[in-house]
Amino acid sequence: MSTDPTSSASTGTEPLVDAPAPLLSVRDLHVTYKTAAGGVPAVRGLDLDLAAGETLGLAGESGCGKSTLGAALLRLLPRGTQVTGEVLLDGENVLAMKPGRLRAVRWSGMAIVFQGALHTLNPVQKIGRQIEEAIDLHRVAGKGSPRTQVAELLELVGLPARRADDYPHLLSGGQRQRVLIALALSCDPKLLVADEPTTALDVMVQAQVLRLLKSLQAEFQLAVLFITHDLSTLAAVCSRIAVMYAGRIVEEGPAQEVFAAPAHPYTRALAAAFPVIGDPAFRHNPSGLPGDPPDPRNLPTGCPFHPRCPDIREECPHTAVELWPAGPERRAACVKVLGR
Amino acid sequence: MAAQPASSASTGEAPLLELHDLGVHYRGAHGSIARAVDGVNLALPAGEVLALVGESGCGKTTLARSIMGLVRPTTGEVRYRDEPLRYDRRSLRDYRRGVQMIFQDPTGALNVRQTIYEAVAEGLRIQKVGGDEQALVAAALSRAGLRPPERFFTLYPYEVSGGQRQRVVIAGAMVLEPGLLVADEPVSSLDASVRGEILALMLRLVRETGVTILVVTHDLGLAWNIADRIAVMYLGRIVEQGTTEELLGAPRHPYTRALLSVVPEAAQRAPQILSGEAPDPTRIPAGCRFHPRCPLVASGEAERLGIEALCRGEDLGLAPVPGAAPSSAHQAACHAVTAATHEQGVSA
Repeated sequence: MSTDPTSSASTGTEPLVDAPAPLLSVRDLHVTYKTAAGGVPAVRGLDLDLAAGETLGLAGESGCGKSTLGAALLRLLPRGTQVTGEVLLDGENVLAMKPGRLRAVRWSGMAIVFQGALHTLNPVQKIGRQIEEAIDLHRVAGKGSPRTQVAELLELVGLPARRADDYPHLLSGGQRQRVLIALALSCDPKLLVADEPTTALDVMVQAQVLRLLKSLQAEFQLAVLFITHDLSTLAAVCSRIAVMYAGRIVEEGPAQEVFAAPAHPYTRALAAAFPVIGDPAFRHNPSGLPGDPPDPRNLPTGCPFHPRCPDIREECPHTAVELWPAGPERRAACVKVLGR
Repeated sequence: MAAQPASSASTGEAPLLELHDLGVHYRGAHGSIARAVDGVNLALPAGEVLALVGESGCGKTTLARSIMGLVRPTTGEVRYRDEPLRYDRRSLRDYRRGVQMIFQDPTGALNVRQTIYEAVAEGLRIQKVGGDEQALVAAALSRAGLRPPERFFTLYPYEVSGGQRQRVVIAGAMVLEPGLLVADEPVSSLDASVRGEILALMLRLVRETGVTILVVTHDLGLAWNIADRIAVMYLGRIVEQGTTEELLGAPRHPYTRALLSVVPEAAQRAPQILSGEAPDPTRIPAGCRFHPRCPLVASGEAERLGIEALCRGEDLGLAPVPGAAPSSAHQAACHAVTAATHEQGVSA
């Protein structure tokens, strides 16, 4: 593949965050899974910046590499997975950290909340104890006893402190997701990676959890990387959105603008998948995207999206795409933004 | 036998499916009774797509299961093609030839050791449908958008994508040419890109085969995409129903309004986030069952309208909403709506 994402920096498309160094900076990240049938490139050269207190939404279908990216940030990938590039957290490369330093950075530097809250908690341990354990292991000196810290954390996520004595099965799905958020926040991380944190939840509970994330972000200057396939959710909670396809970012920019006026046909398809209620264009007219994401071992030539693109041009199958400027603070990897 | 699939026109005036005062009660811990479904009346005309909407625990899945004959109602009855559902084995088998169900998770719904051909043919074999089995399976796969169908015959579920798996499940249901398809959250486990494809397939099936669809979901966007009518369920009962345009354009019940306000959209309405989750069906509140979470009661609006005592003390059923056209079937179960109707009646 002729596209080298690092070269885009020299073509006048510098990262969009200005002056202060970003909290998180991902440079030319490649992740290749090892399988019996050979390497599977899941992330293929990805650059990303996230400022302190910023919420960045990462969208894309299953298999686009978005969860792999989330796991790679915390080095949670299976042994043997090949990872190259840089993940700079406050200027320090996570990928080069020694085990002891890595352990300290996980939880206190960045923490992750997974989807499927129902299975992550230990079913035979009281939830208060599970949170205390994280505090004990990762914090040298705390403010107050672990017990009071647990109570504070639970109240922070909207659960009564007495819930500390409950076992996970006594909590509903939404409550368990709150416990996981409390757990992730237990060591005051600067960055929270939230991988589909609300997907398994009900609408009303989802709204509660999203409101919670928003308030935490405002209160603690917490940076959040929010990963989901639901672009409408991202538009509602994030300041910026990045859309991933076949292991690379294909569009990024301010959330509202990307959602309302996508520059990449793939983003347009994702945005149209969630109808605007009341808009006659969507009435009796569900909109999807035919076809499946490409096999990472056998990517299409040129623009990897071209076989599914509703807007394909003659040059697409043999033109290497990269993130080109697509308006103020926006970039998209589609030849159409070049305006030729 | 009522199982013979017929075009929607031949069913005449009677709705395809009717629920009369349907209740499903479970015995809970310590002798408590959970009224998961608590007196539901519903009529579903042939060829219609009805969305049954509500939070987890509101009883919508139990209601769907009782329509399938998987749960015997404690009170009331299910009527299909103007005949009451009977629960002996033979009657149920015949009934299920006409009424099929698809589930949320296509991966769980398919047997991992069964080829796609076997999965689709299974229903034909159970129902002892004669004719050319291979041709019927091929037609069903093709109608579900899996073309050419022969290519899928020998594949196993893990060899196809999630969206294709849901198409296999739909083909397995549609191969029997059912009159009614009950779909429980058919797209909530699928990717954004696949979601629209599956919904478009469901609409096409309605057009091409005349099948009636009851879709159970918490997703109002889905309802706007495909449903002709919406029924909103809260704590075992339907609290508002009407056409999709009426219900999403001018919702009257405060619960429907709250549900609509939390749909994530770029242009945010002020979201009205209700605290807590759907309450406990073993302890259904007295009065309007929604009153402990009702924003009208909490904000003092109910008191100002002089109905707070009613909200807290008097249970109520669906009543027509004021201002709706006489032909409209827009109904809500809310004291504030009823009060507005009376006021309009007095002033008229």
